[in-house]
Amino acid sequence: MSFGSRSRGSQGAGTEPRNPAASCDPLADLISGRFPDARGRFGPFGGRYVPETLIPALERLQQGIREHLHSANFQQELARELTSWAGRPTALTFAGRLSERWGARIWLKREDLAHTGAHKINNALGQALLARRLGAKRIVAETGAGQHGVASAAACARLGLPCTVYMGAMDMERQAPNVDRMRLLGATVVAVTSGDRTLRAAIDEALRDWVSDPLNTYYLLGSALGPHPYPYLVRELQSVIGREARAQIIERSGALPDAVIACVGGGSNSIGAFHAFIADRAVELIGIEAGGRGTALGENSATISFGRPGVLHGTYSMLLQDENGQIQETHSVSAGLDYPGIGPEHALLASVGRARYDTASDAEALEAVRTLCECEGILPALESAHALAGARRWAESHPGRSVLVCLSGRGDKDMPTLQKTLLAAKS
Amino acid sequence: MRGDESISAAILAAKARGEPALVAYLTAGFPSRDSFKQHLQAIAEAADVVEIGVPFTDPMADGVTIQRASHAALAQGVSLRWILAQLAAMPRVKAPLLLMSYLNPLLVLGPEALASSAARAGVAGFIVPDLPFDESAELRAGLESQGLALVQMVTPVTSSQRLEQICASSQGFLYAVTMTGTTGKNVAVPPEVTRYLDTVRSRSPVPVCAGFGIRGREQLELLRDHVDGVVIGSALVEVLERGADPARWLRDLRLSRS
Repeated sequence: MSFGSRSRGSQGAGTEPRNPAASCDPLADLISGRFPDARGRFGPFGGRYVPETLIPALERLQQGIREHLHSANFQQELARELTSWAGRPTALTFAGRLSERWGARIWLKREDLAHTGAHKINNALGQALLARRLGAKRIVAETGAGQHGVASAAACARLGLPCTVYMGAMDMERQAPNVDRMRLLGATVVAVTSGDRTLRAAIDEALRDWVSDPLNTYYLLGSALGPHPYPYLVRELQSVIGREARAQIIERSGALPDAVIACVGGGSNSIGAFHAFIADRAVELIGIEAGGRGTALGENSATISFGRPGVLHGTYSMLLQDENGQIQETHSVSAGLDYPGIGPEHALLASVGRARYDTASDAEALEAVRTLCECEGILPALESAHALAGARRWAESHPGRSVLVCLSGRGDKDMPTLQKTLLAAKS
Repeated sequence: MRGDESISAAILAAKARGEPALVAYLTAGFPSRDSFKQHLQAIAEAADVVEIGVPFTDPMADGVTIQRASHAALAQGVSLRWILAQLAAMPRVKAPLLLMSYLNPLLVLGPEALASSAARAGVAGFIVPDLPFDESAELRAGLESQGLALVQMVTPVTSSQRLEQICASSQGFLYAVTMTGTTGKNVAVPPEVTRYLDTVRSRSPVPVCAGFGIRGREQLELLRDHVDGVVIGSALVEVLERGADPARWLRDLRLSRS
């Protein structure tokens, strides 16, 4: 039983584009682009569960999205910055030696080549441009692996906006290079020592900051989660990944891929990679969650695989929680996947069977880092390595078929972890 | 008397004595599980309404004091089920009881089971800080079936139109947050806050209690003509942290004491 599971009458202001009322076939509604609905729901998931203080700020953001996001003027400005500053379109690389080794044709969408080293820049830049139009005086952001923090710091520097980034103290240790990058880019980095000292505690703290000054502060949320309209906004800004990749792979191979595989923490690179392929029903969509070191609560961050529906950080979605509704601590070797929730659109994709979610363990991800370095001369982020590990498994059961892997980021930031794992084992 | 009516009545009775009602907050099981019943009984003697905090791992609307108390309670295994069982097993206290909980721990039970077990435990209503009015229909319907209140919050940034909607739906009392931000900061009471409270009070059909950052008699004195009651949260948790007597501290706070 859950409070969020019933659909109710429409009350909230509509999102953009305005969608007709959902029918009773969620898969058909999904394919025809009816989600989120007027109340910010993806089927039963999503919504807006925040303290009353934040409601006016969310309504203002929604109004700003309606006014600007799809306007020709905003889209031109965004496209110009994405091309001339962020380095888009990113390459699509055919991984020849990896394909030989794993047995399927493997294509890599190279988000690691985007400015600041990951897909996060697509969203950070878009939201920073929006924030400036909305008259924000300062930006706050949270970060896990530090990639969203670095992207936010860079975008804010580019636009001349002050930026404060909240980061869990444990993540600051394991992603130390990114902390220095954020500081060089002019951001104030605040160590979060409360809660589990990872991404989840950083979001709690960023929300508390935002609650304190909702009128002047813009919260630049880094993943496709949180209260409506964030899951929608982040998806719209990240869907450039799948749009580019779909056109590139058709141009290069003459066909759609048989599968698209992406790693899933909060779910922004994966929803960005999947979105353009939702209506291509023959294309299998596979999200790879962090399997960590085991299947027990606290040993992984695999929300769809092991979670139950609930409300955290403003949205009704799948959650790793105990029998009392307390949020569980999670584990993953990759800080960017170390989160107990997932964006509401993924919960819908899973529940209607349009996407499938599987896990890759810490060990499988580390092995995939080694393999991609050896075969293709690319050091992937530990997060993206989970997608590669999933692709390896898929390739073994689909010889000769083609798979598009979202290589969401590069692994330079992971050197402290790799020194303690892969490199320690080698020497 | 229905739960929601008992809350309003207790607040208005205090107001009739010429002082703002004291709505006192206690994190269940803090500082220890063993002290819960004793502290609750003592606080219920000294306050007009008691809010029992259900601890949650991610209390996003709360400042450091209540975060600390919540984590300490969770570390001792305090849960909603435990709280309801403790309440059901103890004699009814003098003041009406509210449960203050983030939404997720409540979802585990579901609205009907939650309402019936809360009613059996003598609970009169709920405050859910991460459940805004727009998402509250299902919980409100569940609680309504047992006559339990769902207290809604308004803030200084709530629009006038929204204030109307929320006033029309709040039960027991209307919780007027005095500032933007989390609980527990010491705030002044500038004229715009009293003007805001006057506006809220003129629109609300139920009593209005101010909360967030109320810590002492001085603020109470400034607020007394603008509210029906005040919520005392973090300041009271700090009394417990110091090991002092919460009931005595509350009695000292009362304006009508001398």
